[in-house]
Amino acid sequence: MIGAHLPALQVVVPLIAAPVCVLLRRPRLAWGLATLINWICFGVATALLARVLTEGSISYPLGGWAAPWGIEYRVDVVNAFVLVIVAGVSALVVLFARASVEKEIPAERIYLFYTLWLLCVTGLLGMAVTGDAFNLFVFLEISSLSSYALISLGPERRALTAAYRYLVMGTIGATFILIGIGLLYMMTGTLNMMDLARHLPAVAGTRTVIVAFGFLTVGISLKIALFPLHSWLPNAYTYAPSAVSALLAATATKVGVYMLLRFFFTIVGPYFSFEVMAEGGLLIAIALLATVFGSVVAIFQDNIKSMLAYSSIAQIGYMVLGISLVSVTGLTAGIVHLFNHALIKAGLFMAVGCLAFRLRAVTLQEIAGIGRYMPWTMAAFVVGGLSLIGVPLTVGFISKWYLVLGALERSWWPVAGIILFTSLLAVVYIWRVVEAAYFRTAPNRGHPTRFQEAPWSMLVPTWVVILANVYFGISPSFPIDIAQRAAQALLSPLP
Amino acid sequence: MNPDLAVLLAPVIPAIGAVLIGFTGSRPNVREAMTLATGGVLFGVVLSLYPAVAAGSRPAAILFASLPGLPIALEVEPLGMLFGLVASGLWIVTSVYSIGYMRGHHEPNQTRFYVCFAIAISSAMGVAFAANMFTLFVFYEVLTLSTYPLVTHSGTEEAKRAGRLYLGILLGTSIGLQLLAIVWTWSLAGTLDFVPGGILTDVASPLVLGILFALYVFGMGKAALMPFHRWLPAAMVAPTPVSALLHAVAVVKAGVFAILKVAIYIFGLDLLSASGITHWLTYVAAATILIASIVAMTRDNLKARLAYSTISQLSYVVLGALLANAWGVVGGGLQIVMHAFAKITLFFCAGAIMVAAHKTEISEMGGLGRTMPITMFAFLIGSLSIIGLPPMGGMWSKWYLAVGTVEAHQFLLLGVLMASSLFNVAYLLPIPVRAFFGAPPAGEKDARTPAGIREAPMFCLIALSVTALGCVWLFFNPDPFYSLMNQIVAPENAR
Amino acid sequence: MPAEILGLYNYWIVIVLMMAGLYVVIASHNLVKKIVGLNIFQTSVFILYISMGEVEGGTAPILAEGIPRYANPLPHVLILTAIVVGVATTALGLALVVRIHQAYNSVEEDEIEKAEDSQP
Repeated sequence: MIGAHLPALQVVVPLIAAPVCVLLRRPRLAWGLATLINWICFGVATALLARVLTEGSISYPLGGWAAPWGIEYRVDVVNAFVLVIVAGVSALVVLFARASVEKEIPAERIYLFYTLWLLCVTGLLGMAVTGDAFNLFVFLEISSLSSYALISLGPERRALTAAYRYLVMGTIGATFILIGIGLLYMMTGTLNMMDLARHLPAVAGTRTVIVAFGFLTVGISLKIALFPLHSWLPNAYTYAPSAVSALLAATATKVGVYMLLRFFFTIVGPYFSFEVMAEGGLLIAIALLATVFGSVVAIFQDNIKSMLAYSSIAQIGYMVLGISLVSVTGLTAGIVHLFNHALIKAGLFMAVGCLAFRLRAVTLQEIAGIGRYMPWTMAAFVVGGLSLIGVPLTVGFISKWYLVLGALERSWWPVAGIILFTSLLAVVYIWRVVEAAYFRTAPNRGHPTRFQEAPWSMLVPTWVVILANVYFGISPSFPIDIAQRAAQALLSPLP
Repeated sequence: MNPDLAVLLAPVIPAIGAVLIGFTGSRPNVREAMTLATGGVLFGVVLSLYPAVAAGSRPAAILFASLPGLPIALEVEPLGMLFGLVASGLWIVTSVYSIGYMRGHHEPNQTRFYVCFAIAISSAMGVAFAANMFTLFVFYEVLTLSTYPLVTHSGTEEAKRAGRLYLGILLGTSIGLQLLAIVWTWSLAGTLDFVPGGILTDVASPLVLGILFALYVFGMGKAALMPFHRWLPAAMVAPTPVSALLHAVAVVKAGVFAILKVAIYIFGLDLLSASGITHWLTYVAAATILIASIVAMTRDNLKARLAYSTISQLSYVVLGALLANAWGVVGGGLQIVMHAFAKITLFFCAGAIMVAAHKTEISEMGGLGRTMPITMFAFLIGSLSIIGLPPMGGMWSKWYLAVGTVEAHQFLLLGVLMASSLFNVAYLLPIPVRAFFGAPPAGEKDARTPAGIREAPMFCLIALSVTALGCVWLFFNPDPFYSLMNQIVAPENAR
Repeated sequence: MPAEILGLYNYWIVIVLMMAGLYVVIASHNLVKKIVGLNIFQTSVFILYISMGEVEGGTAPILAEGIPRYANPLPHVLILTAIVVGVATTALGLALVVRIHQAYNSVEEDEIEKAEDSQP
């Protein structure tokens, strides 16, 4: 009974829980509810993935209205995987959030924080689960609006300007996507993704579709902060509350990349996207610029959060690079990196959140010598950093392996070279932190509390994510298997 | 013991040892007993493999399945057996030496030192017994990372700079060049297993093979082939036991060992010699041999002189691999063993002088032979072995390498080898000569008195005597190692 | 040709509004005006959607006697949702401007940047 409604529950449960959270008002109660709901979401996502893997795609007509007239929720390997990533990261980060949020946000606002959190998760899960293009836009706005508000809750006043900037850029991006969807609807008269895919080939050459494609590409690029449309991201991630940085860095851009996959491969089709529009060359150039730019700028950041933010820009470049190789290996690399980067960045931002819990600011000057006082936190950061670099036995290596393999399959040597070169840039910026934390002497700190390790309620979730980095680095068959199936599904013609 | 189990245990035992050492860190005696016990057990296990391997069998084990088709797997072949024996055998000696040295020198953070040392040995075992290039790469990287804290052990500004150089060059070459080569090999051959005769026959043009081989040779930054040699002198800021075992034996030998492995089991000697792609690289190796020798003469700091000597001697092994004939490979393999014993002796002596007489510069060592006769005599033996004079083991490797150059009609290279031996005489022998016959530097308190003997701690003396005797023993008994190498080049002669 | 250009006047309006809105967002340094620009930009999209629902000679989509042709109601419904989203965005944006004003005592971008640079 419940099993049949899993796709709807995935979205409805957190959506209904959000207003309930407002009614609870007590910080701990709100946190408890958010945690419970997030774990339910994770359970639902896992169940969906398990079903999709054994039974194939699931189609769920919302409210009983049959597709293509009603809204259809359609779960296949690609989005079931994204659902698990989003719900899983969110479930772990919300555990981490309790202590961190109590420290960073005034007590009377905490229940609102968790309300927004649930709405944000609703939006992200909804974007992934829906099979309707307009519905996608609605969920996109739910997640975006709540994340603007979440970012503005950051402890410094710069959080406000960062959120404002994100709001302007994000709204432009979302509106572009809306225009693209509208133009597609103009030509086909349908909003259902599968239906769109069936009707588009007949009108593929028209100017309207080409313009729609352009709007969608730019709009999505803005949402995923693809270079050079990234300007909103660094400050948003830097000044957001620690838990929000971890959540958004690990999930928001991932869902954006999923959107890219859906539009480019399922709806418009790889032939049109990459052969007719010749998007591949452009995207590869942009993605490579993104990796180099993000990595180089990250080297010069003194604030660790903003260093990680710039590194995110580079990592998004890797994902787009894998996708624009348009081969099974390349797509596998891109999709596996969705998963891997979610683990890497969630772990790193959580470790930085632990530092922020004890320090005034997470700058290189402030963390001098901290390795001695917060050994577990810094060890987590180092392992996460190695994973970001792509050292063997971590997930980062798996991504690099498939990316380089994908580039070599196409005999694009310079691309493979740049991928490896930017990994070395990651060594530089990660090692600046390591040297500051371990080899600089700690300044005379005023308060003895600064000499302590972060509370275990923050350390445990951080280490779970970090150990997942190692586990899936050593035996990566689970994500790789799914990513390969997803890549094949995306590249195969419609049923 | 079941050989397959023994293979599995070889990297696992030191890893467990590292954990135990970590937990017993508060009690130095227990901790050091643990180090010695781990070393003893490990050597026993590795030794137990020798009869099986010498008899021609290839014990194998799979650690875990990683990427599809690329398990982290172990398999012992003769070359790996040779490297494994040397590294594990000398670890025991070095452990004995470390105890004397670290206590005599009152070094801080000794637990971290012993833990990292054990992890480094564990990964050296993994490199030695790797069944495929992927496994080798994984352990190679772990080796780099686990030795980084040893290089920066003192935490001074100089150590930090050295650490940056160390990590930069080793990670840079391995990720930037070696990983590229590995992925390329995988996409060409579809396998990375070490197979006698190579896996690249008939899959690529000579030009591609030439580039690929160059990527491998320069990608093994640990082999310190010029221009990627700078990390080795820099790493001399580490405590002397680290310089002795890791930067004269385990780490650097891992580099040249990997080059030999690639030449023999990835390319195959026939392919290499037939395609002539190694020709220009032999001159790089020859230049490294000569230039490093000349630089060594100009260094007054004893450890720096030994480091440049190591760079020069490592290129002998590289040269052996590049000659791509039976004698060259035998010579290269034996050079791994002979140089290991000789150079570790020299480093032990350098450390002993540092502990007992607090001297690091060669110009201050006049007359030292009268106060530290055992140490200086061991130094003399080590020097003679490096030069390649009988009755020292070093003679054999030089001999076979020379035969190899003749076999390949590379008379210029023969000249390089001869010239290098002369250089060795010029930069090594003055040290013991000055110590035994020279006058102590003016201004020293008991300059004139033939004062009593003030030798290094007993642990250090035992260690350096053992390795010095080893050099002599190898002259009379090179057979265990020679027969291993002979199995590779002439499988039909296997016992 | 002129007929084609004039006949599509609603789309020209869309383009003009869109460009005007985007220009205000980019060029204005006043945070409130930026929000206004954003609103104009979004409005252009509303008109785009409403235009595409138009059926020549059709009336309002009400089920009644004697109405054979009526406009496509779906885009109108869709854009109702988008309008709601737009209102929410504006509300949130203005709320942020209020908070920024409290924190920086200004709604001018250049003054805020100066304040951020001098005292982060």
